Amino acid sequence: MTMSESRMSVGAFFRKYTMVIALVVVVVFFAIATGGGSLKPGSINNLISQNGYVFVLASGMLLCILTGGNIDLSVGSVVCFAASIGCVMMDRGMNMWLAVLAMLAIGLAIGVFQGFWIAKVHVPAFIATLSGMYAFRGLSNVVLQGYRVDISNEQFLFLFGGGRDCYIPDYVRQLMGTEGKPNLTCLAIGIVAVAVYALMTVRRIHVQKKLNIHQSILGQVLTTCAICAVVLFITWQMASFRGIPTVLIWIALVLGVYQYITTKTAMGRHLYAVGGNEKATALSGVKTRNVYWFAYASIGLMAGLAGILTAARAKGIDPTYGEGYEMDAIASCFIGGASAYGGTGKVSGMIIGAVLMGVINQGMNMVGVDSNLQRVVKGLVLLLAVVFDVMSKRQKR
Amino acid sequence: MAKILLEMKNITKTFPGVKALDNVNLQVEEGEIHALVGENGAGKSTLMNVLSGIYPFGTYEGDIVYNGQVCKFSNIKDSEKLGIVIIHQELALVPEMTIGENMFLGNERGSKFAIDWNTTYAEADKYLRMVNLEESSKVQVKTIGTGKQQLVEIAKALAKQARLLILDEPTSSLNEEDSRALLDLMLGFKKQGMTMIIISHKLNEVAYVADKITVIRDGTTIETIDNRGPEPVSEERIIKGMVGREMTNRFPPRQGVKIGDVMMEVDHWTVHHPLYPERKVVDDVSMYVRKGEVVGIYGLMGAGRTELAMSIFGQSYGANFSGELKIDGKPVKMKKSVSDAIKHKIAYVTEDRKGNGLILSQSIKVNTSLANLSSLASMGVIDQDREYAVAEEYRDKLKTKTPTVEQLVGNLSGGNQQKVLLAKWMFAEPDIMLLDEPTRGIDVGAKYEIYCIINDLAAQGKCVVMISSELPEVLGMSDRIYIMNEGRMVGEMKAEDATQENIMALILQSGRGA
Repeated sequence: MTMSESRMSVGAFFRKYTMVIALVVVVVFFAIATGGGSLKPGSINNLISQNGYVFVLASGMLLCILTGGNIDLSVGSVVCFAASIGCVMMDRGMNMWLAVLAMLAIGLAIGVFQGFWIAKVHVPAFIATLSGMYAFRGLSNVVLQGYRVDISNEQFLFLFGGGRDCYIPDYVRQLMGTEGKPNLTCLAIGIVAVAVYALMTVRRIHVQKKLNIHQSILGQVLTTCAICAVVLFITWQMASFRGIPTVLIWIALVLGVYQYITTKTAMGRHLYAVGGNEKATALSGVKTRNVYWFAYASIGLMAGLAGILTAARAKGIDPTYGEGYEMDAIASCFIGGASAYGGTGKVSGMIIGAVLMGVINQGMNMVGVDSNLQRVVKGLVLLLAVVFDVMSKRQKR
Repeated sequence: MAKILLEMKNITKTFPGVKALDNVNLQVEEGEIHALVGENGAGKSTLMNVLSGIYPFGTYEGDIVYNGQVCKFSNIKDSEKLGIVIIHQELALVPEMTIGENMFLGNERGSKFAIDWNTTYAEADKYLRMVNLEESSKVQVKTIGTGKQQLVEIAKALAKQARLLILDEPTSSLNEEDSRALLDLMLGFKKQGMTMIIISHKLNEVAYVADKITVIRDGTTIETIDNRGPEPVSEERIIKGMVGREMTNRFPPRQGVKIGDVMMEVDHWTVHHPLYPERKVVDDVSMYVRKGEVVGIYGLMGAGRTELAMSIFGQSYGANFSGELKIDGKPVKMKKSVSDAIKHKIAYVTEDRKGNGLILSQSIKVNTSLANLSSLASMGVIDQDREYAVAEEYRDKLKTKTPTVEQLVGNLSGGNQQKVLLAKWMFAEPDIMLLDEPTRGIDVGAKYEIYCIINDLAAQGKCVVMISSELPEVLGMSDRIYIMNEGRMVGEMKAEDATQENIMALILQSGRGA
C-alpha cells in the first residue's frame, strides 16, 4: 500500500465504518458502566434471544426499504395476528407443526395481500400497511377474544427458543459420554463457521486477483479477522454458558438467506435497481411491480416467523404483543445505513443497526436507566445515525 | 476598450484528489456575450459555481473581481445581490406552480406576512413580455413547453435585476427554432447593455451569438478567441482549441458495410397520448430498416420521434396502439411489455440517460448487466465472476474511461455514462437498436467515439435507428433519413440527396409547422 492510498483511506475508513465504530464505542461504554456485566455469557445470550424478532423483521424490512424507502408498518400487528392463530390452534390441541405452518402461511398470505395493493393497484406502501396495522391488531383481539393464550407445547418452546432449556444439546459430549463445560458442540459449530468464513474470504481474494479487481486485500483480511474474533468470542461465551440458543438457528438461517438474496440473486439485484431508478429498471425489461410484490410477500413471511419466535419466547400471546416491532425493524435498517430513498443498504449494515439498538437497550436496562428515558436515547441514536449518513454522503461530493 | 465587468484571476479549485480548476483566468467586458466552451469535465460548470458562490470564498484560490471590487461570496444570495444570476442547465421550475409563483420563489413580492399577488402577477407579466412570451403568468408551468419554460427561467433571472447573466447550456433541451429565438433574445439583451456568459456544446450557436469565446481544457484556460470579426469563427477553429488538435473528420466513415434485407418494418403505426387519448402522438407512420443500415430520424422536439421509438419498444409509451410491426418479414404481436421487446431483439437506448437509462447509485457492472441479467444467472442466481468479465469486456470495447467497473455510474462524465448505457444494450444482444439522441450533452471527443460504435454495430449487421435533433449528425451518420413532424412521417430521403435546407423545407412545408 502506497502512502497516498493509506492517507486516502483514513477518511474513507471512518465514513465506511461509522456504525461499526459507534457499535464498538457503545459496547465498550456499557462494558465499563456495568463492570463487565454486559459481556457476561448470560447477557450475550439474552441479547440474542431478546432481539431475535428484530433480526428477522429487519431482514424483510430491508427489502422493502431497498425498493425506494418503502416501509411496512403492519408487521407488529401481523406478528401478533399470526401468533394468535397459532397459539389458539395449539391451545385446542392441534398438531404443533400444523400450527407452525399456519403461522408462516398467514404471514405470507398477508404479505401477498398487502403487496398486491402496493404493486398492482399502486396504493402507497405507507397507507396500505398502515391499514394492515390497524386491521390485524383488531383481528388479533378478535381471535384472542381479548385474553392471553398460553403455550404448553414443550417441543414448540424448545425449537423456537422459549423457556429455560431451549439450547442445542451438547451432542459432542453425549457422544464422548462426558458432561460439563464448555459446551463442545457450540465450540465446534463456532469454529467451523469461522473456518468456512475465512475460506470464503480467501477464495474471494483469489478470484479478485484472477480477474484483476483492485481491492484492498489488507482491508478484507482485517475485516475477516475482526468478524472471526467477534464470532469466536461469542462462541466461547455461549459455550461456557449453556450452548447455542435454538433461536439463534432461526436468526442465522434468515440472515444467511437474506444475505444470499441481496448479493447473489437476480431478484436481489432487481430490488436495488428498482430503488435506484425504477423507470430505467422498467425500461430494461424488469417487471418492477413484481419486485415490490416479492418484497412485501417476503416481509409477510418474516412477520409470520417473528410471530412464532415471539410467542415461543413469551410462552403465549397477548393481544398487545408486537406493538412497536415495526419501528425496531425500520430503525435497524436505517441505522445500518439503508437509504431512505431506496437503492442502497446491506444485510451486514442492518445487523450492525439491530445489534447497536439491542446493546443500547440492554445496557441501559442493566445500568438502570428509566424506561422513558430509554426511548429518548433510542430516538436520538436513530436521528444521529441518519445525520451521520447524510453528512458523510455530502462530504463525498 | 470597454470596461471590464468581471475578472476571475488565477482561480484554482481542488476537490479531494482532483484539481478541477488550475489557474483559470477569465475576463468579461461589460455588455458582451462571452462563451465558455470545453469538453465535459473541463471545468466550465465548476468555474461558474465558484463565481456564483455555490463554492464559497475560501474553498478556492484566486480572486473574483466584479465591477472593480474583489468579491468574497459565501452563497448564491451574495452573488445575486450584485446581479450575478446563473440559469442552470436543468430547469429549476416547480411544474405545479404558476409562472408568477415560480418567478418570485424565494424572492416574494409583498410584506413579510403576506404575499401581494397583484404585484406578483403584474410584475411577472412585465418580465414575461421582456422575453417575448405571451402567456399569462397565472398559467401553471407544466402546461407550457420546454422552450417556453427556458424563457420563464430567463424572465425569473431578469426579475432578480440581473446584470451578469450566466446561461448553462440554455438550448440543450430546445429544438432549433426555439434555440434560435433564445439566441436572438440574448442578442437583444446585449443591445440593452446586459452582460452574459453562455456555456454551450453547440458550437454553431456559440459562433453565432458570442463576442468572445474562452476555451477551457482540463481545468485550465487555453485561449480566448475574438469573434467580433465580420466572419464568425469556424467550428473547426473552436474544436481545435477544445480537443487540442484539428478534428478533420467529425464523422468517421463507414467502410465495407453490406446493407442487407429489411429487418424491421412498421406499418400504419398510430399511438395515442397516454393521458389525452384523443391526441395522436404518432400518426400513421410507416418505415423500415435494413440489416447493416443506419437510419436517421430527424424532427423537431415534440415531433413524436421518441414516442415512436418507445411505442415500438414494447409499447413502453402511449395508449391505443394500432398498426403492424414486422420483424424479419413476420408480423409480431407484441404485448405491452419491455421484456417481450427485448426477446424480439429490440433495444431502445433512451435520450434521458439519467432519468430513464441508468441507475446512478449503482456500479458500471450492475448497469451493464441489468437488461440481460438472465443470461448471467441460473436459477435466479447471478454468476458474478462472469458478470464482472462482461462489464470489463464492454469497458474495453467502448473505451469507457474509469479505473474500475465497480465505479458508480453517477461519478462518470456524460460521455462515459452514455457508453455504459450503450454497453448495457449491446450486451442485451439486440438486432435492432433504437438510439434516441445518442450524443446529447456529451463532448466532441466522446461523440466521435459513439459514432465509431454506431458504425461497428452497423458493420455487425445490426439495424440502427438513430433519432437526433442535430442535423449535421443526422446528415453525417445516416444511410437514409426519415423526417418527422407533429407525429407524422413527412419525408424520407437518401443521405446523398439530403441537405440541411431541403430537410428544413420539408418540415416547414408539412403544413402546420412547429
